[in-house]
Amino acid sequence: MATHHANAVLPDEPEKATLEGKNKLLGFWLFLGGETVLFGSLFATFIALRDQANGGPTSQELFDMPLVAAATLLLLTSSMTAVMATLALHKKNLKQIQVWLAITVLLGLGFLGLEIYEFMHYVHEGHKVSTSAFGSAFYTLVGFHGGHVAFGILWIILLQVSATKKGLTVVTAPKFYLASLYWHFIDVVWVFIFTVVYLMGMIGGKVG
Amino acid sequence: MSAHASHAPNRSGLWDWLTTVDHKKIAILYLIAGGIFFLAGGFEALLIRLQLMYPESSMVGAKTFNELITMHGTTMIFLAAMPIIFALMNAVVPLQIGARDVAFPFVNSLGFWLFFFGGVLLNTSWFLGGAPDAGWTSYTTLALNQFSGHGVDFYVLGLQIAGIGTLIGGINFLVTIINMRAPGMTFMRMPMFTWSAFVTSGLILFAFPAITVGLVLLMFDRLFGGNFFNPDAGGNVVIWEHLFWIFGHPEVYILILPAFGVISEVVSTFARKRLFGYSSMVFATALIGFLGFMVWAHHMFTTGLGAIANTLFGLATMLIAVPTGIKIFNWLLTMWGGQIRFTTANLWAVGFIPTFTIGGMTGVMLAIPPADYQYHDSYFVVAHFHYVIVGGLVFGLFSGLYYWWPKMFGKMLNETLGKWNFWTFFIGFHLTFFPQHFLGLMGMPRRVFTYLKDQNLDMGNMISTIGAFGMTIGTILFVVNVFVAASSSKRAPADPWDGRTLEWSIPSPPPEYNFAQTPLVRGLDAFWIEKVAGNKGMTPAEPLGDIHMPSPSFLPFLMSLGLFIAGYGFMYHNYVVVVIGMLVTFACMFTRSVKDDPGYHIHEDEIEDKGVKA
Ligand code: HEM
Ligand SMILES: [Cu+2]
Repeated sequence: MATHHANAVLPDEPEKATLEGKNKLLGFWLFLGGETVLFGSLFATFIALRDQANGGPTSQELFDMPLVAAATLLLLTSSMTAVMATLALHKKNLKQIQVWLAITVLLGLGFLGLEIYEFMHYVHEGHKVSTSAFGSAFYTLVGFHGGHVAFGILWIILLQVSATKKGLTVVTAPKFYLASLYWHFIDVVWVFIFTVVYLMGMIGGKVG
Repeated sequence: MSAHASHAPNRSGLWDWLTTVDHKKIAILYLIAGGIFFLAGGFEALLIRLQLMYPESSMVGAKTFNELITMHGTTMIFLAAMPIIFALMNAVVPLQIGARDVAFPFVNSLGFWLFFFGGVLLNTSWFLGGAPDAGWTSYTTLALNQFSGHGVDFYVLGLQIAGIGTLIGGINFLVTIINMRAPGMTFMRMPMFTWSAFVTSGLILFAFPAITVGLVLLMFDRLFGGNFFNPDAGGNVVIWEHLFWIFGHPEVYILILPAFGVISEVVSTFARKRLFGYSSMVFATALIGFLGFMVWAHHMFTTGLGAIANTLFGLATMLIAVPTGIKIFNWLLTMWGGQIRFTTANLWAVGFIPTFTIGGMTGVMLAIPPADYQYHDSYFVVAHFHYVIVGGLVFGLFSGLYYWWPKMFGKMLNETLGKWNFWTFFIGFHLTFFPQHFLGLMGMPRRVFTYLKDQNLDMGNMISTIGAFGMTIGTILFVVNVFVAASSSKRAPADPWDGRTLEWSIPSPPPEYNFAQTPLVRGLDAFWIEKVAGNKGMTPAEPLGDIHMPSPSFLPFLMSLGLFIAGYGFMYHNYVVVVIGMLVTFACMFTRSVKDDPGYHIHEDEIEDKGVKA
């Protein structure tokens, strides 16, 4: 049975040193598989409805590329800092983990801030959930992603705070690892949103 | 070995059940809750049949009739069949793979409570302005505000909460089966029931998110002014059909595969033979699981997707008949030349095979698009899916319950009552549903609350209703049997059926740690191999030692309760209630994340005290 004491010597790859850790890792990968279907369904819905502006603003009229590009940059960078945190985890260096995760969280907050600003701007332009099928699909897909980012930020902060007391153990290590896995996942989803929603929305025109 | 609490926390009575994370107790919770919903759904079915007993009857009337068919279908699929399947999987899978518990005991209990509260939320609609009335498929635009009542909101939120529970339950079983198998238990030595639980869990993982999204979109349309399905604002109703059936068709395989698993175990045990064609059974199960995702549009032949799409989906559907046929022949060949014992469990299994085959045959008929234009939305479809769902799944569940009851409860169900249970239900079933094929072919549409007299529909409907009484009697006999078993003082032996798999190598019911020592598995039908070799029990794979157990927890209950409360907030646009409910849920998640569970240990001597053979 795995020991849970913080002062015990930490094994290599502490995130999968125990059966619980291994279970969590596998379970989380499977969960991400389910999330993929979830976002896949949202994307399919969006693609089917993206030209149905119902007389409201269309994607070509709305999208503000510099803003979206800035948000993308923030989120992609945060994925890199999350990788650095995982590398630090494998070096068993809690301090480095905390620093890299703190940067990740800040970047994530920046992204969220831009997204909220963007949404408010759109609503001002008359683009709401109730305006059109395009509006409903846009806010649901992008908002679902934003919700995932917000959840990720809260989760990582929680892990960071509790790790200041618990230290890096075979119990906390899998949690750090999973949080950064989750973070990469929402990053990948964003790459698709950037392409399907924004880039394709810019060139636009009727497709289907 | 460790400084942690070394005694099981003393919990008893209700508190024990509300906090348990033991897979065997969670199985019983699933069975009780699923059983109650089964009775509710059965009662609704009886009312439907009473309304249709005579032409132009006004017994319940059109509005209630719509609510009844909606709630009957929804309840039976999501709140009765699914949980009873989860009951069997929880009770049996960890034992069959030689594990002490599932991978995530906490998540296991959370899955149950989410299902439970989702189901309760859905059913409170009866008292809060009327049940959902848009059919269990809840097609838009019928399910939008303009055309149906408040009940559909209960459908949306109830199924959403219950669905999350099912999803995490599926993940739990996948990880359990991949990571927790005893030494020597390779994939190709896993009992068929475990295999079917594995594939079913995979289907759950990839199918449920689609309905999650569908329900979210429907919720936005109904509660927050969304336009996904509102054609006037550019919405598209076919999106719902796709999302529903991308989930819905895999769902029917989620339901039937565990029944296939049960039948495989029961047929082989009571023929005293190894399952014929084990590897082809595994292959067929996996193939059915895979093909199950390729055929959803056979529910949409008449939607107008076009000839090419219909042809492809029709062909893909017919393909499924091939692995299904493999299974039927393997069961028959397992029985061939065996020393067959017709116990109640085996009667259900033997009754299953021809009944399910008929359902599969009508399925292939429906898979021919031009023919389906005739059958679609008629009683023929109702007959088809009841032959597979009742004649397949429910027969399989009864078989499994009679088979594993002694393992789950330590008491035997009465065989005489069991046989009465089987025959009344079996005959009642065929009386109910066989005539419906012809009612459908003669033009009786489904989901219509009455019919004119002298259209050649009177006789068929009358017979069908009489049959429903047969099934009712059968169900009541089962409930009686449960009480008879519970009040009998005779304890079930560890291995009442001369079983072949690991669960029969430990006492009935098993101790909380299942296996005092993890068993060493030497082949398919692990326990049988030891019996043939003349051994009393399994060879242990580890020395006797302390056993670590997870602590019970009240958090899963509270977490689900929070969502339950928030659900009402959403429905009545009361955001204070939403915030309160969500806060409860998040506070529980927070607590769970921050407070590590050290669990407790059962000491070596306590294990021996309990007199378990090593
Ligand atoms: C050989 C296997 C099967 C084939 C070829 C098949 C084919 C079909 C087809 C084509 C339909 C659509 C009929 C219509 O709406 O016009 C249908 C409906 C249905 N099937 Fe099957 N099926 C098979 C097995 C199953 C199984 C195993 C189950 C469940 C355990 C099942 C449950 C259902 C249900 C619930 C419906 C009705 C859905 C509704 O419209 O409410 N089927 N089947
Ligand atoms: Cu289907």
